[in-house]
Amino acid sequence: MPVPLDEGISELVHDGDTVALEGFTHLIPVEAGHEIIRQGRRELTLVRMTPDIVYDRMIGAGCARKLVFSWGGNPGVGSLHRFRDAVGNGWPAPLEVEEHSHAGMANRYAAGASGLPFAVLRGYTGTDLRHPGIATVTCPFTGEELTAVPALNPDVTIVHAQRADRAGNVQLWGITGVQKEAVLAAHRAIATVEEIVDELDPVPGQVLLPGRLFAAVCAVPYGARPSYAHGYYIRDNAAYQQWDAISRDRQEFTRWLAENVHSGARSAEEGEGRR
Amino acid sequence: MSVAAARCLTSGTACFVGIGLPSTAANLARRTHAPDLWMIYESGTLGTAPSTLPLSIGDGVLADTADTVVSVPEIFNYWLQPGRIDVGFLGAAQIDKYANINTTVIGDYDAPSVRLPGAGGAPEIAASCREVVVIARQNPRTFVETVDFITSVGHGGGPESRQRLGLHGAGPSRVITDMGILEPDPETRELTLVSVHPGATTEQARDATGWDLATLPQPATTPVPTPEELTVLRSLTG
Repeated sequence: MPVPLDEGISELVHDGDTVALEGFTHLIPVEAGHEIIRQGRRELTLVRMTPDIVYDRMIGAGCARKLVFSWGGNPGVGSLHRFRDAVGNGWPAPLEVEEHSHAGMANRYAAGASGLPFAVLRGYTGTDLRHPGIATVTCPFTGEELTAVPALNPDVTIVHAQRADRAGNVQLWGITGVQKEAVLAAHRAIATVEEIVDELDPVPGQVLLPGRLFAAVCAVPYGARPSYAHGYYIRDNAAYQQWDAISRDRQEFTRWLAENVHSGARSAEEGEGRR
Repeated sequence: MSVAAARCLTSGTACFVGIGLPSTAANLARRTHAPDLWMIYESGTLGTAPSTLPLSIGDGVLADTADTVVSVPEIFNYWLQPGRIDVGFLGAAQIDKYANINTTVIGDYDAPSVRLPGAGGAPEIAASCREVVVIARQNPRTFVETVDFITSVGHGGGPESRQRLGLHGAGPSRVITDMGILEPDPETRELTLVSVHPGATTEQARDATGWDLATLPQPATTPVPTPEELTVLRSLTG
């Protein structure tokens, strides 16, 4: 069941796909995003509640045609400059945006996971968040007008987790975000994990995603850095702060990408030193 | 500003906390007069008591110290939407006289002069919490006659607006700035200066506002921070 990351991405992520890399500030599948950049995927519709620096990199590297999201910033730091450059100046390619609220996105995944065409929520009313992906529906019982948002069923969802066993059962815990719904909503799912073990020890608050949900499970130690993996390593706050300066300038960004992603410079040894 | 905002929170209250100034204020309240403040961050941490200020809403310290951690769909659908949260604590890039908030774009949506992060959890926090406290620095760029984009509804277009929209929470009850405290007028719902912080004046607050700011005839003076409040604030913000 376990496959190398490059193999998993090359087989399961195709140009033009709708791809969701989820992880709510925790367990962000950063290294999977880097592999998508290395493999030169294009015209992707990138979906993510909080497109943070991994999507800034993917957008800046030219992977994306469209972004579906609810909050696009560098958490605790400021703006995503590659995202802003793509929206404002079309560099390196124009970026279409479709934006929702967190509640809207969470419910879109939940509808997708439930096999329903749309989700209902009390939200958006009175706001300027208005586009074809947001509609109203009348409650057949009370007559109340509610918001309807279409189900989200990504071609591929990628999540990062702490552990998997050899059969591909995936265990994650801590802040669990919307990963469960995003995996269940997807046509294909990939998990990258900190380690693959013979047996999974239960952990308080864990989410267990059975192996049958995944088309590929890949051992990628430190695969969430600079975000964090609860119980394994903490968030590299300095890297988020440094990203602000790196991403402001196109040349600086391009140089960073060549040195840190395209070169494949990331090594297990480097990761070990940070544990 | 953080001290004035912290004082809005009472012990036992369930508070939905945003990152930045709201987070500083809520943590200050919990360490001073409101030890049983039940803090919730949208990453799903319920009843968290972080030992240090979190850098992001999903900082590991929030999960480590929470009563429980729930998924993102659960926090919005089971906790926020039914009205289980007393106070929502929001920031703003732009705010208008009815406390409608913009965190989406400055300028035209399709060709913005500044692209902001967007909605996040704010629209539903503003809609569903029993009341909302907004914290923002007061200047004419932020306090504008009309927001460029309504990300989160305050008091809409004035009296009865929220009821007409079917919003369940009562909306913004207070806006805390670096100059004073604004509250919606009970009749018109227009933000009115009710208190001025020591060192600021009514005139300064009016100059820092992009509309003709209503004021009480005799705005109060915000009590100065106590030594304890200042000590705790400094220990939090380093």
